[in-house]
Amino acid sequence: MHIKSMAEYAANGETPEVLFWVGCAGSFDQRAQKITKAFSQILDKVGVKFAILGKEEMCTGDPARRSGNEFLFQMMAYNNIQTMNAYGVKKIVTACPHCFNVLKNEYPALGGDYEVIHHTTFLQQLINDGRIRLKEGGEFKGKKITYHDSCYLGRGNNIYEAPREVLQALDVELVEMKRCRTNGLCCGAGGAQMFKEEEAGTTRINFERSAEAIETGANIIAANCPFCTTMLTDGVKNKEKEDSVAVLDIAEMVARSLA
Amino acid sequence: MHLVQQILFILCAGISVYFFSKKVGEIRRNIKLGKDEDLTDNSGARWKNMVLMALGQQKMFKKPIPAFLHLAVYAGFIIINVEILEIFLDGILGVHRLFAPALGSLYAYLIGFFEILAVLVLLACVVFLIRRNVLRVKRLNQSELEGWPRNDANLILVTEVVLMSLFLMMNTADQVLQARGVEHYTLTEPFWISSNFTGMFAGLSDGTLVAIERGGWWLHIIGVFLFLNYLPYSKHLHIVLAFPNAYYTRLQPQGEMANMKEIQNEVLYMMQPELAPPSDGSQPVQQRFGAKDVTDLSWKNLLDAYSCTECGRCTSACPANATGKKLSPRKIMMDTRDRLEEVGKNINANKTFVDDGKSLVHDYISVEELRACTTCQACVEACPVGIEPLSIINQLRRYLVMEESNSPQEWNLMFSNVENNMAPWKFSPDERDKWAEEMAAEA
Repeated sequence: MHIKSMAEYAANGETPEVLFWVGCAGSFDQRAQKITKAFSQILDKVGVKFAILGKEEMCTGDPARRSGNEFLFQMMAYNNIQTMNAYGVKKIVTACPHCFNVLKNEYPALGGDYEVIHHTTFLQQLINDGRIRLKEGGEFKGKKITYHDSCYLGRGNNIYEAPREVLQALDVELVEMKRCRTNGLCCGAGGAQMFKEEEAGTTRINFERSAEAIETGANIIAANCPFCTTMLTDGVKNKEKEDSVAVLDIAEMVARSLA
Repeated sequence: MHLVQQILFILCAGISVYFFSKKVGEIRRNIKLGKDEDLTDNSGARWKNMVLMALGQQKMFKKPIPAFLHLAVYAGFIIINVEILEIFLDGILGVHRLFAPALGSLYAYLIGFFEILAVLVLLACVVFLIRRNVLRVKRLNQSELEGWPRNDANLILVTEVVLMSLFLMMNTADQVLQARGVEHYTLTEPFWISSNFTGMFAGLSDGTLVAIERGGWWLHIIGVFLFLNYLPYSKHLHIVLAFPNAYYTRLQPQGEMANMKEIQNEVLYMMQPELAPPSDGSQPVQQRFGAKDVTDLSWKNLLDAYSCTECGRCTSACPANATGKKLSPRKIMMDTRDRLEEVGKNINANKTFVDDGKSLVHDYISVEELRACTTCQACVEACPVGIEPLSIINQLRRYLVMEESNSPQEWNLMFSNVENNMAPWKFSPDERDKWAEEMAAEA
């Protein structure tokens, strides 16, 4: 399949339904690329007219801002907003809650006003609208699955139900961790921690969170963030459970269950 | 005799209100040392937050057991204050149980109700003391509470127990005196709780009973006056500041980080110099990016610090703290208040702040603590009164990175990658859509 860029749409004088903001992890990280591909497959299959920025996309500046480098954040934001405004972008979907939060909450003050949707919400809407049709008795039906709330989707933006509704549409047996929803425990990657060694402590945050997820007895940990996916996968490996517990993005689960 | 008591009372009340107002004035001045931040918008949503969070204690109920105990103390405190009003007026006017004649039989119900609350407060405070000192609940026994903060908490609880006991003792003696028809002791119907204990005082003489009743009355009201003056020095100040703090708490999504307009403009003028305001030849004012000291924070951050009662819900929700890192959001708030008090004392002594060579970052809060934060907002979510430790952490981090270039090597690498490769990792920007090419090839 061919994924069109905004430039291609513009060259043909067309406008896509939505811009898929891939993000750096989704673009470069091998694990996250699979999520990107799964989500693109879904969009293609259900006929959503979407575009990517391709080489014109840049880091939103989130890790720079969270670590304290406001100059770098503002530079990135300026460039991204220039690009998107030039294309007249109206609606953005992204599979990264960090990008989602910055695009939705922090770009408007800088002149970037868009309707921004996280991919789990987008999937839920497509399911509700009947655009995504799921297999009867797909591979996740009745499977014990736990869901990890990412900080920037959950506490950051109060989105707790949409991802859970998608999981319910897959007929899974959802088992909650002790710390979930507003009390959800971070995976350890936020605040630019992803890009540095943790400070000295008694254990790692992702080990703590993965242990909690494994304790539920679930075979799949469903995530909505490329950073959480990496952190939790490492945590599961640390517990030597990688053969029995998989960490999957909700988009990957939906892609595997398309009718 | 009565006149002496009256004069003494008015004197005590005057002194206590004077010193209390003086300290409140200082706290107000200290909070105003913070930077301006306009939080007057959307008053409807703000009133709602105040009613739900402060008055209704909505967020406390995430932990039901302490929530119910706290509710008893809180309701007791507020409602028993109606009784304090009577005690206060009695003291000034030199009368006894001023409201009794007017309220008739309702009066005994009212006092009985206060007594039930007093018993609940007493029991709740005893349970709180047990939780702190016997059960040693983790969040109430962490390292930042060593020394004064622990004593502060215990002192408040013991004071409440003593005040409630005095109130009940005073009423018990009062009723024995009423029954004996001693002058001044207005006859009322029996009070629900204290009437059950009159037997304890049956063998005592009128004089002793009057001494107990007057002693209880005086100790109770002096206790209240002392407590009032202790409040601004204590974590207990939250009983007042929880209300404005909940009112001014953030309304934006928790994930949103405050914008720095000055840097936004700097970048804008660099990219589009034609938009820059014409220079008037003067040197631009040197401004500090981020926060080094308390005066670089906003007034709301400083109000947060004074509103914190050190309950530790933030710290027990913090992923960094739970995994043994040095960061504790509660300590961030306690350090901010301690430093602000230090700055305040400096101003008291020197009329204006004289540099003491200290700052909030480094001297109070270490780089290691700041670097441990994942910005997960669990601390903000956990706070029952709308305090935001994360806001302070973020501003201190901005100072470290932008003013001191103090960031770990890995972050410096990440910065240079973002700047040069438009991604936090060292990949070529040309490969950003390689996955899409792969998909095209796969199909």
